Amino acid sequence: MPGAKAQDRVNDFVIKIGTVNGTGSASANGLLMKAIFRSGVPVVGKNYFPSNIQGLPTWYEIRVTRDAHRARAGHTDIMVALNAETYARDLAEVASGGYFIYDSTWPRAALLMRDDVTVVGVPLARLCNENFPGVRTRILMKNICYAGVLAALCHLDLELIRTLLAETYSKKPKLLDANMKAIQLGYDYAREHFACPLPLRVEKMDATAGHIIIDGNTAAALGCVYAGATVGAWYPITPSTSLMDAFKVFCDKMRIDPDTGRKNYIMIQAEDELASIGMVIGAAWNGTRAFTATSGPGLSLMQEFLGLAYYAEVPAVVFDIQRVGPSTGMPTRTQQGDLHSAAYASHGDTRQVCLYPANPEECFEFAVKAFDLTERLQTPVLVLSDLDIGMNDWMCPEFKWDQNYQPDRGKLLDAEQLAKIDRFWRYYDHDNDGIPQRTLPGVHPKGAYFARGSGHSQYGAYTEDSKEYQVVVDRLRKKWLTAARLLPKSIIERCDIKTEIGIVSLGSGDAAVHEARLRLAAQGIHTDYLRVRGFPFSDDVEPFLQSHRINFVVEQNRDAQLRSLLILETGVEKTRLRSILHYNGMPIPASYVYDGVAAVITPERPAAQLVG
Amino acid sequence: MTFMAKPKITHPEMPRNVLGLTRRDYEGVNSTLCAGCGHDSITAAIVEACWMDAVRPQDVVKLSGIGCSSKTTAYFVSGGHGFNSVHGRMPSIATGASAANRNLTYIGVSGDGDTLSIGLGQFCHAIRRNLNMVYVIENNGVYGLTKGQFSASADIGSTAKKGEVNNQPPIDPVQLAITLGVSFVARSFSGDKAQLVPLLQAAMHHQGFSLIDVISPCVTFNDHEGSTRSYAYAREHYEEMVHTDFVPPAREIAVDYAPGETLAVSMHDGSRVLLRKVEAQYDATDRAVALQTIQQRLKHGEYLTGLLYIGSDQPELHALNGTPDRPLNQIPYASLNPGPQALAKTLATFR
Repeated sequence: MPGAKAQDRVNDFVIKIGTVNGTGSASANGLLMKAIFRSGVPVVGKNYFPSNIQGLPTWYEIRVTRDAHRARAGHTDIMVALNAETYARDLAEVASGGYFIYDSTWPRAALLMRDDVTVVGVPLARLCNENFPGVRTRILMKNICYAGVLAALCHLDLELIRTLLAETYSKKPKLLDANMKAIQLGYDYAREHFACPLPLRVEKMDATAGHIIIDGNTAAALGCVYAGATVGAWYPITPSTSLMDAFKVFCDKMRIDPDTGRKNYIMIQAEDELASIGMVIGAAWNGTRAFTATSGPGLSLMQEFLGLAYYAEVPAVVFDIQRVGPSTGMPTRTQQGDLHSAAYASHGDTRQVCLYPANPEECFEFAVKAFDLTERLQTPVLVLSDLDIGMNDWMCPEFKWDQNYQPDRGKLLDAEQLAKIDRFWRYYDHDNDGIPQRTLPGVHPKGAYFARGSGHSQYGAYTEDSKEYQVVVDRLRKKWLTAARLLPKSIIERCDIKTEIGIVSLGSGDAAVHEARLRLAAQGIHTDYLRVRGFPFSDDVEPFLQSHRINFVVEQNRDAQLRSLLILETGVEKTRLRSILHYNGMPIPASYVYDGVAAVITPERPAAQLVG
Repeated sequence: MTFMAKPKITHPEMPRNVLGLTRRDYEGVNSTLCAGCGHDSITAAIVEACWMDAVRPQDVVKLSGIGCSSKTTAYFVSGGHGFNSVHGRMPSIATGASAANRNLTYIGVSGDGDTLSIGLGQFCHAIRRNLNMVYVIENNGVYGLTKGQFSASADIGSTAKKGEVNNQPPIDPVQLAITLGVSFVARSFSGDKAQLVPLLQAAMHHQGFSLIDVISPCVTFNDHEGSTRSYAYAREHYEEMVHTDFVPPAREIAVDYAPGETLAVSMHDGSRVLLRKVEAQYDATDRAVALQTIQQRLKHGEYLTGLLYIGSDQPELHALNGTPDRPLNQIPYASLNPGPQALAKTLATFR
C-alpha cells in the first residue's frame, strides 16, 4: 500500500530487481527469496523474463507479505535497477516513498530525478572489479553483491544467507567463499553509506513453518510421478518445458529399478505436438498412465488427436501451461487464453474435461486427479495451468501423500473378467453412467476391439447408420454429465453477512481475488466467492451465480472466456455476469480486482441498485 | 453396410499351426475395397505370415492412419486390438503403444498418401527411434478414397486416369528410409505373395523398424496405361534383387545353397533370415551399396525388390531408453510410487 506509514511496512513491501537476461541474476534473486522465507516471513516471487537467451531486460519481483498474500501487490517499493536501458521506466514504477537502487560506478544522477523516491547509488561494478578477477565472475558477483546491499537495507540475517549459500555450494567451497565475499562487499558498503535498515525491512516471524517454495510445473511433475505415470511425450515449448524437465529429474531419483538400473519410465521428445499427443494417446490406450505438457500453440496442433481421443474414448493427460496468445503471442508472459480452445478442443461435437489448478499445491493434487479421471472417464483430461503458476515461485503448504492411494484404473477389464463374459462390447453403456468398459491389447482374445475415429456402433463396429451413430454420441453426452459429478467441486467462500455480490474466478486469479475481498470487506463491500475448478462445471456453480444479483467474473484474457463458458453451460442470464479482465501478460494483481469491483459497487451504490 | 463379420466356419481338415489355429483365425471382417485391389492381396499375405508364425492373435496390434490402406487393418487378425487413428499419424500412436508394452507385435499399415505427405514427419522420426514395428506401405501412387489425385509417390510422367501428367518428382520411401538409418527395409509387389510372406515374417522378428514398401495397384484409379503403379507396369519393371527366406528359431535351414550365394542373418530370437542374392555384388547389409544399386537401377526405370537392407544390431526404442524387460504397463503401482517418506525428503529441498 503506497503511502502507508513507514512503521507499518515491516514485512510488507515489494522489491523488484531489473537486470539484463543471461547475466546470472536468478541465483541472487532466489537467494533473497529464500533468505526472507527462512526468516519465517511469507514471500511471493514473480519472474518477468523475456523470450530470449541473453541481452534483453528481465525483472524479478519479491513481495514480502506478513499477511501471507499470494498475489502481486501491483506496486514496487524498492527497485534495484541494474539495466541502464530500463532506468527511466524502472524509476517511474517506484511507489511514492520508495527507493531506487542503481549501480553508481557510472554517474547517472541527472537521469534519476524524483522528489518522492530515495535514490541509492552503490558502485556495484567497481566493487566487483576491484575484488574479483575475470569478466564472467565480475558480472555474476555483481548480482550477489546487490543481494548483500539489500541484506543490509532490508535487515536480512547474514548468517542465514551464509547457510543458504553453503547449501547451494556444498560441493564447491571456493564458490561459497567468493559468493560470501560479494555479499559482504555489498552489505558493508550499504552499512557504511546509508542508514540501515530501512523502514521497509524484514523482522523475523514464524509464518513459514510447514511450507515450501515451489513452482507449479515442478509440483505437477511430482504429481505425475506419484500418480504412477510412466510415459511422458512432449515437444519443448515455453512455459511448459520445465514440467517435463522436472519429471525427468524426479524419475532419475525415484524411478530407477534398484536391481537392474533400468528406468521405470520413458520420456520421448517428439518431433512436434501432433506427435506428442499421439504418443500419449497410444500409450494410454495401451494401459500406461501417459501425459504431455504444452502451451497454446501446442494445444492448437493437438486438436485433431484430442477429438479422436474424445470419440474413441482414450485416456490422455495434457498439461496446458497457458501463455499469452493469439498465435506465438508473448511466450514468457502469462494469460488464461486457452479456456475456449481447451474446453471444445477439436471439430464436431467435442467437449473436453478440464481442470483449473490455482497454485502449485493444486498442480500436485490435480495431476494425480487428472490420471484418475482420465482412466475413469476414458477421455482426455486437460490441466489448465499458466505461466504464473507454472514458472513462478510460490510459497505453499507442504504437499501430503496418502499412502493408501491406489490409482483408479476405471472400468478396465482384466483377463479374468474377460474370460467370464460372453462377448465384450467396447462402447456399450453397461452401467447407465455413460462410461463403457475397456480392454488392453495382449490380455485376452475376447478383449479385442477396433478403436477408430470414424463412425462406430456401441458394439465397436464401423457404422454409417444414423441410429447407431447417435446412440454412441448420446451416450458420450451422458458420460459428460457423469464427469460433472466426478470433477472437483468449486471452492466457495462466503462472507459473514448476506450479500448480493458474487465473485467468480479460476486458476491463478484466485490469489488476487482473495486479497481484494479482504480489502473490499474493509471498505464495507462484502462479497461471496466461487472458484471454478473443473469443466464440466460442478453442480454448485449455477446456484451460486443465480443467488447473486451481480457476479464479477475475474479472468486473465480479453474475451471473457470463462464468462462465455458460464453463459453457454449454465442457465444464468448474461446480465448477472460482469467481467473483470486482465490480459496484459502480467499476473493479475490484487489491486486490479479491488479497483474493478470498487468502480461498480460503493457503499452508496450497493449491488441492489444495479440494473442486472 | 461397409462391414460384415465373416462366418467362422472351419473345415476340419484345414491345416493348423502350433497354436492349433487355422488361417481363418487370423482373418478379419470382409474387405470393402474394390474387387482386385492390391491391398487385399497384402492383407492375405499378412494373414498367412501371422498364421505361419503362430503369433497369438491377441498379441498382434494393428495400427493405421486414414485412407484405403488404413482400412485394411480391420481385415486381418480380428483377435488383435486395432487402432485406426488420424491421417498420417499412426507412427505416433504406435510409438506410444510400443512404449507402453514392448512385448506385442505391432503391425502398421499405411499408404503412400498417409505416409509420404502429412505423415512424412512421423514416418521419418519413427525410423530414427527405430521403433519396433512392421510398417507396411501399400503404395499405389494415388489417392483412392478421394478419387484419383496423385500422391507424393507418383513418378514423373505418370498419368492420371483422366490424362493429367504428374511433373513433380516422387518421394521414394525406400531410399528415404535408408538415408534415415532404417534397420530393415524391403520392397515388394502385392501380386507376389511368395516374396511378401517371408518378408513379413522376417519383419515381425526384426527388433526395430521394418519397412516394407509394397507396390499395390489401385484397380479403379491407377491401373491404366501410362501409370507406373499398374499391375502390368509392376510385372515388367519390378525385379527381385534379394530373395528372402525366413527360418523360424527351432528349424534347421533345410535347403542347401551354394556357398557365397546366401547370407544368413540371425535375429535376436534365434530365427534367421536367409538372403539369396540374385546379383553377386549386392550386399543387403551395406547401406551404401543398397542405396547406390537402387538408384542406378531406378535410372533405367527398374525397381528392385526383396529385402534391400538389414542392420540387425541397431538398438530399438526400448534399448535406447533403458526401459525394463517387463512392459511399462505391467509394472505394479507399488514399484512406481515413491511413497510419503520420499515425498517429505524431496520437499525438504524446497525450503
